[in-house]
Amino acid sequence: MNNIVLPELGEGITKATVAFWHFKSGDFVQEGDDVVELVTDKATFNVAAEVAGRIQKIQVNEGEEAKIGAVLAVLEPDKT
Amino acid sequence: MNSPFLFQLQDLGLIDYQKGLNLQRKTVQEVIQGGNNTILLCEHPPVFTLGRLAAENNFFIPQQQITEQGIQIVRIDRGGEVTLHSPGQLVTYPIFNLNHFGRDLKVFLHKLEQVAIDLLQDFDIVAHRILGQRGVWVGKDKIASIGIGVKKWVSFHGMAVNVNTDLDLFSLIRPCGLDVKMTSISRIKNQLIDMDDVKKRMIKCFCDQFNLNELPSIKKNSKLLSGDTDVGEQFRVVKEKLNKEEERNVVR
Repeated sequence: MNNIVLPELGEGITKATVAFWHFKSGDFVQEGDDVVELVTDKATFNVAAEVAGRIQKIQVNEGEEAKIGAVLAVLEPDKT
Repeated sequence: MNSPFLFQLQDLGLIDYQKGLNLQRKTVQEVIQGGNNTILLCEHPPVFTLGRLAAENNFFIPQQQITEQGIQIVRIDRGGEVTLHSPGQLVTYPIFNLNHFGRDLKVFLHKLEQVAIDLLQDFDIVAHRILGQRGVWVGKDKIASIGIGVKKWVSFHGMAVNVNTDLDLFSLIRPCGLDVKMTSISRIKNQLIDMDDVKKRMIKCFCDQFNLNELPSIKKNSKLLSGDTDVGEQFRVVKEKLNKEEERNVVR
């Protein structure tokens, strides 16, 4: 499971708003790159790529809410 | 109880907002790479900052009128709405590895609020939270604002507590997007407060709340770090201009 997923952020936090995509669909990301910034409860939280790969599709746009566990972007892992 | 976590304190004195932000970013990278938890303490020359998704309509006068007076307006990567930083306000940037503190944003924010409540308690001021809001209040007035960012579970940005802050500039905004009056320790106690004393008490409250032990300080500087201008003087000039501008607006 290498997609960009909205992680657990703490007890009682069920959703967050996508505030800013650091990359766009089609871009290549390195392992550890901050890919998307979320906002919840006076905090921003950056979600990093767990593996290198190409962002195939962004599924939640800036300004939209998503639930914990939601796939925010589909990442096609680099097979090279 | 677990062994205390070590932290490094850096007292930056009065520092330009952007320089402070650059130092935060550098420190975040160091903590991500295994460096010590760090607390940056500072004051800033007058600057309005807006969180990542902050509304633009929480200014009562055109933003251009503010920037023309030499006060910066900066949109930054923290949560929350517009706020003011200004000399006399103690700004605390806890750059903490949240893996040490439960990886829970709500818990971390709650603990930051508790630090401010404990600090105020130390000054015999009863402060409280308001359900559904973030920050700390004394009666109906807000005294501390909170907004953080997190990268790789390392926190940055933080908390601003009004100590001797000149509160007039808050009248230009709806602080944190709320119709709220701001207050300060100085206003409540009706006297100027020794900022160095507040800093010491603030650190003690952080140590108690987060189970921290301080490492020897690498930099303590109460001098101006923002460059070559006298920011206090700059602040006075800017404030006079804004007052005149407001008087003109009233006359119109």
